Amino acid sequence: MSKIIASAAIRGAHKIYNRAEEMYKMALEKYGPDQEVGFPNTAYYLPIIYAITGIGVSKIGEMGKILEICRKLIPPPVKERTHLPYLAPALDAGMATFFAEEIIESIRYLEEPNLYLANSEDVTETNIWLGAANDLIFRKRGVEFVDGTAPGFAAIVGAAPDPQTAAKIALELQEKNLYVFMCAEHEGKRFAEQLIESGTQIGWPTRLVSFGPDISAAVFAIGFACRVAMAFGGVKPGDFRKNLIYNKDRTYAFVLAMGTVTDEWYANAAGAINWGFPTIADTPIPQVLPTGICTYEHVVSNVPHDHITQKAVEVRGLKVQVSKVPVPVAYGPAFEGERVRGEDIYVEMGGGKTIAVEWTTSKRMEEVEDGRVEVIGKDVTDVPPGSRLHFAMVAEVAGRNFQEDFEPILERQNHHLINQAQGVMHIGQRDIAWIRISKQAVEKGFKLEHIGKIIHAKYHQDFGAIFDKVQVKIYTDEEKVREILEKARASYEHRDNRIEGMTDEGVDVFYSCVLCQSFAPNHVCIVSPERTGLCGAYNWLDCKASYEINPEGPNQPVQKGECIDEKYGQFKGCNDFVFKASRQKISSVSFYSLMVDPMTTCGCCECIAAVLPMCNGIMTVDRDYLDITPCGMKFTTLAGSVGGGAQTPGFVGHSKYNITQRKYLKGDGGLLRMVWMPKRLKEELADRLKKRAEELGIPDLIDKIADETVAKTEEEVLAYITEKGHPCLTMEPII
Amino acid sequence: MSEEKVRSVDKATLELIEKAQSDKISTVFSRADEIKPCPIGVEESCCKICAMGPCRLPRSKKEEQKERRGVCGATIETVVARNFARKVAAGAASHSDHSREVVETFIKAAKGEAQGFEIKDEVKLLEVALDFGIEIENRDPKEIALELGEKALQEFGKQHGELTYIKKAPLRRQEIWRKYGVVPRGIDREVVEIMHRTHMGVDQDYKHLLLQATRCALADGWGGSMISTDLQDIMFGTPVPVLGNINLGVLKEDHVNVVVHGHEPLLPELLVVASKDPEIKAMAEKVGAKGINLAGMCCSANEVLMRHGIPCAGNFLQQELALITGAVEVMTVDVQCEMQGLKDVAECFHTRLITTSNRAKIEGADHIEFHPETGLDTAKRILKIAIENFPNRKHTVHIPAYSQDTVVGFSHETINYLLGGLFRASYRPLNDNIINGRIRGVAGVVGCNNVRTTHDSAHLTMIKELIKNDVIVLTTGCAAMACGKAGLLTPEAAAQYAGSGLAEVCEAVGIPPVLHMGACVDNSRILIAATAMVKEGGLGDDISDLPAAGAAPEWMSEKALAIGQYFVASGVFTVFGTTWPTLGSERVTRHLFEELEDMYKGKWAFEPDPEKAAKLMLEHIDKKRKALGIDKARERVLFDMAMRRALA
Repeated sequence: MSKIIASAAIRGAHKIYNRAEEMYKMALEKYGPDQEVGFPNTAYYLPIIYAITGIGVSKIGEMGKILEICRKLIPPPVKERTHLPYLAPALDAGMATFFAEEIIESIRYLEEPNLYLANSEDVTETNIWLGAANDLIFRKRGVEFVDGTAPGFAAIVGAAPDPQTAAKIALELQEKNLYVFMCAEHEGKRFAEQLIESGTQIGWPTRLVSFGPDISAAVFAIGFACRVAMAFGGVKPGDFRKNLIYNKDRTYAFVLAMGTVTDEWYANAAGAINWGFPTIADTPIPQVLPTGICTYEHVVSNVPHDHITQKAVEVRGLKVQVSKVPVPVAYGPAFEGERVRGEDIYVEMGGGKTIAVEWTTSKRMEEVEDGRVEVIGKDVTDVPPGSRLHFAMVAEVAGRNFQEDFEPILERQNHHLINQAQGVMHIGQRDIAWIRISKQAVEKGFKLEHIGKIIHAKYHQDFGAIFDKVQVKIYTDEEKVREILEKARASYEHRDNRIEGMTDEGVDVFYSCVLCQSFAPNHVCIVSPERTGLCGAYNWLDCKASYEINPEGPNQPVQKGECIDEKYGQFKGCNDFVFKASRQKISSVSFYSLMVDPMTTCGCCECIAAVLPMCNGIMTVDRDYLDITPCGMKFTTLAGSVGGGAQTPGFVGHSKYNITQRKYLKGDGGLLRMVWMPKRLKEELADRLKKRAEELGIPDLIDKIADETVAKTEEEVLAYITEKGHPCLTMEPII
Repeated sequence: MSEEKVRSVDKATLELIEKAQSDKISTVFSRADEIKPCPIGVEESCCKICAMGPCRLPRSKKEEQKERRGVCGATIETVVARNFARKVAAGAASHSDHSREVVETFIKAAKGEAQGFEIKDEVKLLEVALDFGIEIENRDPKEIALELGEKALQEFGKQHGELTYIKKAPLRRQEIWRKYGVVPRGIDREVVEIMHRTHMGVDQDYKHLLLQATRCALADGWGGSMISTDLQDIMFGTPVPVLGNINLGVLKEDHVNVVVHGHEPLLPELLVVASKDPEIKAMAEKVGAKGINLAGMCCSANEVLMRHGIPCAGNFLQQELALITGAVEVMTVDVQCEMQGLKDVAECFHTRLITTSNRAKIEGADHIEFHPETGLDTAKRILKIAIENFPNRKHTVHIPAYSQDTVVGFSHETINYLLGGLFRASYRPLNDNIINGRIRGVAGVVGCNNVRTTHDSAHLTMIKELIKNDVIVLTTGCAAMACGKAGLLTPEAAAQYAGSGLAEVCEAVGIPPVLHMGACVDNSRILIAATAMVKEGGLGDDISDLPAAGAAPEWMSEKALAIGQYFVASGVFTVFGTTWPTLGSERVTRHLFEELEDMYKGKWAFEPDPEKAAKLMLEHIDKKRKALGIDKARERVLFDMAMRRALA
């Protein structure tokens, strides 16, 4: 910390504290101490305060003690001569700044209810400020931090000199897969507004997140980081040191200060250093180059806009793997969520109006010419803007190590691979694919062959170890497309039957998954054919393929060994493996039980099942369901208590698909125990649920399972299932 | 001695030496001219352990002359090693007896029987209690403190096993100590055993004698001194950075000046409390003074300076000069480094010299004994005496106009905090910047003043040379005060004196390039800081791996030898100046200067030229950097997902 920076940061902290105190007093008088305050739909209270102090602020009256903590943290101003050491006091003042700003922002939620778009991923015509991420958005996005698709975020404060520069910097950050969190203004301009002016699509889907118009919205970015540590890292609220170091080591975030650095900005920058997030400025402020709290430098200044992204990434110590894909548009995960709408559509394929089908299939080596992409039929250049085409894409793969089982794994990648091209939107898979290509993309030269080129390049980059050659044929001629559709459907059916027929007994090897150990160091998943990965992303075959691709990677074969307990699904080999891989934290896991040694979760599970003792049954809830569930907790609270690699009997994380697998919680009575699910989840799984219910001999089971439209509390669930005569009522006691 | 000899580099000191000369008052400076060091004593080749001697065994100038022996047949090695060991024992005993007094007071404070004392730092209480294996859950702090005090007291009289604090050292270091059998059992036992083994006709193998000297020194550094520091911190508060003022100019003509001199901070702490008493203030005003001006001298000064910002009048060689200002109403002295000459100087003025320890009286001085039960009353009584004495000033007051602002109070805990704040406190930034070369290394420069060299000069020359070469300096005792007077304890000194790398780090943290860590008994803080650096990682796994060195360029007291020996035995290369007490024997000297490095990976050196001594330290630091592989710039490592996953 230089003296100038420390002095300014401490001054800034005083100013922000004073403002918070003023607002607190006003709010206390106006609303009284019992008035509820907080950010919308979160179980993490005011997340920075919660993460650092362990205090969950939910009422105005509780803010007093936080302000008291702030007062103790903020030191007197730095003296001109023979001053006392200032680095530590400035860092403390920075922390107090965030506490104060959370108070400010939460009171603003109360005072100006329309300031931020609540629960929205997208900006609107009239409001571009997204405010704090609710837990749904947070979990969905947080998972990307966990699996590495987003290495971190750039917190942009202020504004670029012009919209073009802003757009360029944002694009560079997107290409590095980073999230961009924006707040504050410089000379009346704001980065987020500049992006809109430049025609850039902003919002959570494009990773360009306009948090708020003022500097105090910086807490939404830092709060996000705090929640990642609590939700996925198993860091307990109040364990501040762990949270900060967790973020320093794992969340590659930094601050880009664009424009005049005010005292308040300095205070926020000082605060961010506690998390190991350095500041990179475009103005000639003093630098702090000695290392130690951040991984490398703490403040680097006067960086030209051409180099600022590169410099920031280097200062933060981040190695970004950028995929080189030969397409004329930008490419990367940050563009996955970008949408192509109405006016912008140049050509659309599928989506119910035309056929669109994607099929990956194996061929013999001599049949495939690697890298060949053929477009048979009309291409985008042959049709006017706003057209529709039929679409069939066949990726023909060959190689000594290629197995038929890998076909669906590669094919399933198509969605996000194609979607990652800027200006191209991809939804669905198989014969329900849906693709839009934007005018902007076509303007830059994007044609259908580029979809094939993406498939060729990315298959090789990500799965090169399991095949040797791939060629892609794209058809747009309706007759040809229908021909492919026939073949593809036959293939899908064949695959489904094969997967359906796989059992845990039928294999000797399960696979571990420690993909998320970068964020949840003690958690380890074991994936078996009948217990797919709890994140929903990895089934047994995926893991098998992943192991073949990278034998040193996150998926390792686990000899399941002797079956110790058939009912609960305990295997000696798996227990030994988990004991080691969880760093001696967990000694045994059941594959089929939530009551006895349930498997742990990092927090990114799709659903969490919980026992409802009064009902003698279980409920499950997926992460899209925001309300409180009959077990008395919201999904996010449940995830908070079972996540982070802890074993909590009575609760287990699982995938949606797993609910209809035959071994699902078999040891506790299986699907017949299910008494409550969110309606939407029930609908999503309806076909499979029905099929499974028939197998179990109770075809109308789905109607006996309560949802939120009929029961919100355990008592109401009990009343409902009693009325419906749910089978669990006559089963042996679950506890 | 010629008049041209430079007495001091400190202007206030020079001004008052001149005044003493013109007033014909005898001081340490004039007496040093009159008495030359004994040429045989200076190399410790005289044995007066039994009544058959004293036997003088000076090194022969003529090569053919046979090696001399004492009447008992003692070799020069035995004589020199015995003398050395006895000095170490005396030094260790001094620190440890100071410590014992602290522990006894601590126990009384825990019982609520020590007037004006309390538990100020509960966090540290719990930390230290855990070190001693004391149960802390759901217990009253006073109860914990009492048990801690009693356990700490047992460390002095323990006969077997190992001192508790030994396990605070890096594991590698503990292994070395155990290998050579030098782990102290009990503090007192090691002192007694030296006295026994150096008695006539006992231990007559110099290497064996020096093993016990090591064990005794460790009982000081990792025992008595460390206990004293920790318990003082708990009782008086762990020092945090404060602004202080130093040099004789802190005395105030219009105030009642009370100088606290010595080493034990017990009574001085209470004098601080009492001086704020409105009744005392009113009394002072009644006699025409503007108030009470409390000032410190020597290590008592360091203690109250770093805990309360009480001004410091000066270091060891300035003690008589403070009285020569004619402005001091009372000087209290307790133990260690108080010159008997003070009494003679005091008599030339109205000054009352008051001895306060039951272990130390000075003939002719007033004696008002400090007891914890009545400490505050005693403090008030002393202040009242001072106030009553104010009107008795009979000479013109002459206070040199020199005083300097300083930033002091860098305990291990504080350094830990300062490097990362409350939430990220750690030594990481220090280690990081040592590894990346901004900071070349760490030096502990400590110790006394010695009238045989120019006052403060060696300290300042050495320290300036070190910081110029990007070595951050930790300092205690009289060395720290020398730095304070010269302005090295200010943050501004970094830009002025430090190399660019060190200056950059100082600017980042806002610290001076030289950190004041306390009194001479607080050298244990440096051991703990060094251990913390080892534990933080990246700089080897023992103190001896650190790019670090120690020095006492102006040493004079036996305590300095005890400190030096425990630093060497803790793996630190340690250079002493002024004179060296084993020169009578080449073999003993070689053992200390060379062979100890094979055992403890630390060794002694003697170099009276402070610039050359600094060079030796730098060479050693560079040697350690090379061994660690941090002598060359490292490439920046960028982290990808797999690397982050491996972090765990």
